[in-house]
Amino acid sequence: MVGAVTEAARAAGARPGMRLTDARALDPGLVAVAADGAGDQALVERLARWASRWSPLVEVDGADALRLDVSGVAHLFGGEAGLVRDIEARFAGLGLTARVAVAGTAGAAWGLARFGNDPRGDGLEAIAPLPVAALRLPANVVRTLERLGLKTIGALVGVPRRSLARRFREADNPLDALDRMLGRRPEPLTAAPIDPPPRSLLRLAEPVADPSAAAQALALLVPALAGQLEARRLGARRLVLAGYRVDGEVEVAAAACAIATREPTHLLRLLADKTDTLDPGFGFDAFALEACWCEPLDPAQDGLVGGAPAALEVARLVDRLSVKLGTDKVRRPQARASHVPERASGWRAAVEGEDRPSPRSAGAESPSPACGRGNRPQRLLDVPEAIAVIYATPEGLPRRFVWRRGVHDVARAEGPERIAPEWWRERATARLRDYYRVEDRQGRRFWIYREGLFGDGRGGDPLWYLHGIFG
Amino acid sequence: MVSGLSLVPGGGMARGPDGVGDPARAGGEQPVAGAIGERWPLPGADDCGARPPTLSELFADSPRDGGWAGFLLGQVDTKRPLLWVQERMAILESGRVHPPGLGAPGFGFADLIHVEARDSKAALWAMEEGLRCAAIGAVIGEIWGDPAALDFTATRRLAVAAERHGVAAWLVRLGGSANLSGARMRWRVASGPSLMHPLDPRAPGAAVWACELFRARGAAPGKWVVAHEPGTDQQGGRAAGGFHLVAAPGDRALGEAGIKQAGCQ
Repeated sequence: MVGAVTEAARAAGARPGMRLTDARALDPGLVAVAADGAGDQALVERLARWASRWSPLVEVDGADALRLDVSGVAHLFGGEAGLVRDIEARFAGLGLTARVAVAGTAGAAWGLARFGNDPRGDGLEAIAPLPVAALRLPANVVRTLERLGLKTIGALVGVPRRSLARRFREADNPLDALDRMLGRRPEPLTAAPIDPPPRSLLRLAEPVADPSAAAQALALLVPALAGQLEARRLGARRLVLAGYRVDGEVEVAAAACAIATREPTHLLRLLADKTDTLDPGFGFDAFALEACWCEPLDPAQDGLVGGAPAALEVARLVDRLSVKLGTDKVRRPQARASHVPERASGWRAAVEGEDRPSPRSAGAESPSPACGRGNRPQRLLDVPEAIAVIYATPEGLPRRFVWRRGVHDVARAEGPERIAPEWWRERATARLRDYYRVEDRQGRRFWIYREGLFGDGRGGDPLWYLHGIFG
Repeated sequence: MVSGLSLVPGGGMARGPDGVGDPARAGGEQPVAGAIGERWPLPGADDCGARPPTLSELFADSPRDGGWAGFLLGQVDTKRPLLWVQERMAILESGRVHPPGLGAPGFGFADLIHVEARDSKAALWAMEEGLRCAAIGAVIGEIWGDPAALDFTATRRLAVAAERHGVAAWLVRLGGSANLSGARMRWRVASGPSLMHPLDPRAPGAAVWACELFRARGAAPGKWVVAHEPGTDQQGGRAAGGFHLVAAPGDRALGEAGIKQAGCQ
């Protein structure tokens, strides 16, 4: 079945509700995309949260519509016309065509958006020319009305109420729909509950330009936020301290936690170093501390012998290091499914959780026998360094190499271990690597490789690189 | 010195006293390291092989020599998290820590936290933060050269923090000189020619370290040539303190206990 059609497909004759074969019979060039109902619903819900930029009360209406209560809001966007223009432009920016209507009642807006030409309208004269389908009635009721010759809402209004009530007795009757549309019956809007993140706010009586003000404000804000977190059984993962300046600027300092926490002393310690970075300018007149990323955290009992559990202590250490040095400098190893050494031993920020391996790559995660201990160096250069190698025979073991202007005589060598380029990732000109473990006369051991083979047609003579140092 | 040709326990022919013994092995072939000797108790350790946590300073023989890493990792508690702090310059000069080399799979350690510090001041701060966390097993910090921030006071702070919180600290000095320091033990570690590979005589075998304890509190200084216990692991035998003396590669007869040469004090 065809669920929805584009403008071009509609011009070709396709209509929603048609069978796909029928539509293709009309125009074989039609492109069909499988419908994703759950994905569409999720998108509409995301758009509803986004649409709270125009109004605090937003409701998802059916599968493809949003209802906004814009009472007392429109003047912020230059009146109702400005609001409609803004909404249309921003949805167009997302690549979506929005049909927008503003009306006195929700029912009228629904009808105008679908069947009207003018996005704005109020009262009976605006909706009178609309077809009865705009009343949002079931299809059989609409059909009955059309058979009775009542094709527009204006015609329906002309019929006496009493006879309408006598003719239509079921729940979805045109009289109720008309009353809702004209505002004679209430049609309340039930907005999705807004769940604002825990936030504590401190307003100052006078602007303070003292740089130490932020630290003092933090000492007041943190216990308040910790109380909110405890009441909601949450733990903060990311905190943002915002200083609102007199001149309208907002200065921001952020900190992240490796595991959810609401311990006031720890939160205070994390942010205390960051308060220096807030530039007071002409003075702050308010501070706000917000936990913009929270996770559920139930109260935990302390150990009998006292002291925090080891995992918690390590997580707090990671937080402190990350705040001071940056999250990209404090990392944990992360194994990746790859044969290329520098790609296989990845890193992830220690404050973030573990990468969840996708089910497809789960099989590749199992360590291959060649990656066992003993075969890999303890240290790896970030960028392999080119070395000059002398070897006895073109394909033989290396005898001597020069690295950073120092000559190393190879006493013993083992190899090659061939690592082929990952053709599904790299360019076609990538060359294979033959890794050797070599030991020089002093017993220093290195991991060197030759990139490419003689005559492999991917460049000139193969080059040698030093990649790792064994311990 | 034993005269005449003799067999080294490793299996190869050793050179005679004039150094030209076996023509096939003359001409610059590296002498094969001798046999593994008796167990080497870590200096300052008690009977169980445990050592009270403190600050140890370790000087790498050369920035090109990564041998110290295996020596150090053999003495670190792998059951608890390890904090490894590397100064930016140390990463550039002698490479970044490569977790698969520390012992795959699962990377051998319970948990490894790697910190890249932009300078020695940040590295020392990160080390001290780590030492204050008693859940950490050991803190390793690599410092390049002789920075001004690394003075007696800084090392003394680290030593006090390590002893107070019971966390072992290792200050690794790459390309530095042994100036004034508050470290309780000061090592100088170089790689030595490795042991015979059990299967391939041309391949590097188990690592050997020539270590020198040149200053220590509560232990006698000395020089040793050590390797990990054979059989446990080729690269990074995890048994803490599982070190054995290695007879110096030299001229001696088969069956002679070459240990007295190794333990040259």
